[in-house]
Amino acid sequence: MVTGAASIVRPADVAGVVDAVRAAATDSRTVAIQGAGTKAAWGGRLAAVDVVLATTALTGVVAHEPGDRVVTVRSGTPLRELQETLAASGQRLCVESGYADATIGGVLASGEAGPLRLRYGSGRDLLIGVEFVRADGVVARSGGRVVKNVAGYDLGRLLCGSYGTVGVITTATFRLHPLPAASAWVVATGVRKDAFLSPVGASAGGPSPGGASWPGPSPGGEWRPGQPGALTDGSDASRRAAIAVLADIATVAPSAVESNLGGPEDTGELAVLVEGSPAGVTARARAVQTLLARRLPGADVAVVTRPPTWWGRYPFAGGEVGLKLALPVSAVPAVLGTLHERFGPRLAVRGSLGSGVLYAGLPADVDAGVLAAALAGVRAGLAGTGGSCVVVTAPPSIRDGLDLWGEVAGLSLMRRLKAQFDPAGRFAAGRFVGGL
Amino acid sequence: MSAPTATELARRLRAQLGASAVVTDEAERRTYECDGLAHYRTVPALVVLPESAEQVRTVVRACHEAGVPWVARGSGTGLSGGALPHPDGVLIVTSRMRRILSIDLVNGRAVVEPGVINLAISRAVADHGWFYAPDPSSQSVCSIGGNVAENSGGAKCVKYGFTVYHVTGLELCTSEGELIRVGSWLAADAPGYDLTGLVVGSEGTLGIVTKVAVRLLRRPEQVTTLLAGFPSTTEAGAATSALVAAGLVPAAVEMMDALAISAAEQAVACRYPAGAGAVLIVELDGPAAEVAEEERIVRQVFADCGAIEVRRAVDEAERAEIWKGRKSAFAAVGRISRNYIVQDGVIPRTSLASVLASIDELARSAGIQVANVFHAGDGNLHPLVLYDETVPGELDAALSVSGAILDLCLEHGGSITGEHGVGVDKMAKMPRMFSADDLETMQWLRCAFDPPGLANPGKIFPTPRLCGEPPRPRSAATTPGIDQGIEIW
Repeated sequence: MVTGAASIVRPADVAGVVDAVRAAATDSRTVAIQGAGTKAAWGGRLAAVDVVLATTALTGVVAHEPGDRVVTVRSGTPLRELQETLAASGQRLCVESGYADATIGGVLASGEAGPLRLRYGSGRDLLIGVEFVRADGVVARSGGRVVKNVAGYDLGRLLCGSYGTVGVITTATFRLHPLPAASAWVVATGVRKDAFLSPVGASAGGPSPGGASWPGPSPGGEWRPGQPGALTDGSDASRRAAIAVLADIATVAPSAVESNLGGPEDTGELAVLVEGSPAGVTARARAVQTLLARRLPGADVAVVTRPPTWWGRYPFAGGEVGLKLALPVSAVPAVLGTLHERFGPRLAVRGSLGSGVLYAGLPADVDAGVLAAALAGVRAGLAGTGGSCVVVTAPPSIRDGLDLWGEVAGLSLMRRLKAQFDPAGRFAAGRFVGGL
Repeated sequence: MSAPTATELARRLRAQLGASAVVTDEAERRTYECDGLAHYRTVPALVVLPESAEQVRTVVRACHEAGVPWVARGSGTGLSGGALPHPDGVLIVTSRMRRILSIDLVNGRAVVEPGVINLAISRAVADHGWFYAPDPSSQSVCSIGGNVAENSGGAKCVKYGFTVYHVTGLELCTSEGELIRVGSWLAADAPGYDLTGLVVGSEGTLGIVTKVAVRLLRRPEQVTTLLAGFPSTTEAGAATSALVAAGLVPAAVEMMDALAISAAEQAVACRYPAGAGAVLIVELDGPAAEVAEEERIVRQVFADCGAIEVRRAVDEAERAEIWKGRKSAFAAVGRISRNYIVQDGVIPRTSLASVLASIDELARSAGIQVANVFHAGDGNLHPLVLYDETVPGELDAALSVSGAILDLCLEHGGSITGEHGVGVDKMAKMPRMFSADDLETMQWLRCAFDPPGLANPGKIFPTPRLCGEPPRPRSAATTPGIDQGIEIW
């Protein structure tokens, strides 16, 4: 979040970005890189910002060759505009944002990914080339314009999810996918909450807030082929209908599996996106409908041609608390159980159940101490699994006292990377992990 | 490394890892002098075969203390000299690290050691209906650690993506001998920079991986393989473009030209359609209802583009029959030509016809033959440049054509490597693809991960002079005499 009186520059081309960054370097001024500013309140508190460098004038498609399924686009282009251009050729970029006005550069830098990540991955997987301006004002590129390319290091992967702390993305080249001929959403409403979450301390083998008996293997444990008993069965998680159904519908190859629960409603929703040919989608959607109806007793299951209103939207509004839960699927019931016990109907959860990436929303007046304790409990439970619970956004009064990121694997290397790419800490200091 | 240093290092590592883990005998060391690209050969000063992450750390720490460079090697199937040893360094071979450490099918993950063979992962979970997607052609022998280093692809990466899509976390031993875990074992989107994504494809220059967490996928309900013969690569290329235009994403689209087909016929009697100047193999997978519809479209495209004959396989035996010619093609070319160079370049799919014609022209004017066997679906060419080393001038002509093919790829906006990596083989081409600023920026990564410059120095970058990296003695490369092809891609 940018506070205080910073000057704003909106370069119209790469040379303008270079000039702005060089000027900042000469004057030892700090720079906050920004697209449309839809996620300006994400991340940690920025150190004093002298200049806001907005990419919103760097717009337009540089090249789009439908036959190659590749597009090169300037970073300030709104994602929505790009999708409209691509749709005219029957194509799409399988990267999504929870914000209507988000720019390409902002989506990449914040690591946003929507429901389609289940099938197509995130920006990091679809970005095949990038051009950016370094903190010293030099233009650098990596990757290229072809879908397959292993020449040199892939700096795009460094920029994706870097929160503007590495460089100013000016141009991005993506791999595209064909728009499906048909799409259907199979939506289950009125799903009992216990299909998603485990009551805390409810059953033997279930989760405990201390984390001692959470599901999932310890990565050090040895597994011997031919011993299926050693395969992790997910214990409690597998008894949760919303988790169990994921395995059932895998053969239908859904493009997304999303969930929505929380708030005053005592039930949740599960929605499955099926894409393909008209005949294939009809058959597959019907199969999913049957499976959901069987697995989720009491739920209403319908096949519809439009996504539910909550599809791809965050469960928090501006000024509220937003958490990102990147979880082993098997840990979803326990994490949601822990959060639900703490916050009850004040908790709203949405996101990609199939990918294990969910978002939680809490009102702005949530007690910081209770939130800190909840974060500690969830993170302790996730220890050893690689799962994470990040405070994406929170009102400053709450945020500044919280550990937003939790434990960060490889933080010492990240500090070295930042020192190499931005030794003066000019770009977005304070916003990222470890105060980077 | 001086002889006394090597002796002392060997003594120390024997004491810590056991005598059998350290190879000093010159003849034994010589067996490691090259990887799959056999015309670069360097005997390493010392070879060490650790059995665990902790042993790897012991070796790397000893190297760090002694200021000795090291090179990681998996199965040695790489095709760019990425695992070429350093003459004054230690070669760390991961072939004893072959444990699958955990498999978790609820979360769709396996954690494996770097020496685990690619195919072993799919075999371990096949009975449960799962598989590991990346399928380099060497998958029955190549290691996951090597796949991570090279960001390996394969025939099916046109749909499923490369190794980097399927690796979610790593345990990495840095060149300073620190074991760190990056990314996530069972989840996604670990907070912070994407260190996992940076290490994958870095050709062993950012550290050595000691554990790899990979994503497992459910096997598709239906797999249908189609083989079509065309009069020439022109029609087969048009069919490839038409598949893209029709909005299909097949699991594989492979092409062979007349020379490659002829070689395969002689070698394995694959009985491809008679009179075909090119064949396309298209594999479709997914839900049965979708595959059936896609097959209908593919058949229509084949017919529209002038296919001579179309065959279909739906079970493993039939599929193997279709793939036999494609998979044996490299070895088969070795039977009709004394020597050949395997090139690896990428072009935009839309440039296929024009580039194939230019390659033909290049070969013709140089008076040598080029067989084309490649991943048409993603524009990844593998021209095989044929020559006979006993004929004066042919080697030079082949090298010249091989290099010119990469220049063609660059002229068309492509890449000098789609999956084999830069290694030592293509370092000299890097400045043609990237500016000095691009290359300098890439090396900042190296400086962050490997300040002493001990991890696989002298690879990828033609002028690696940053972070105080000492000047490297050039490897004693022998004259190119490329081995007859093993089944590689």
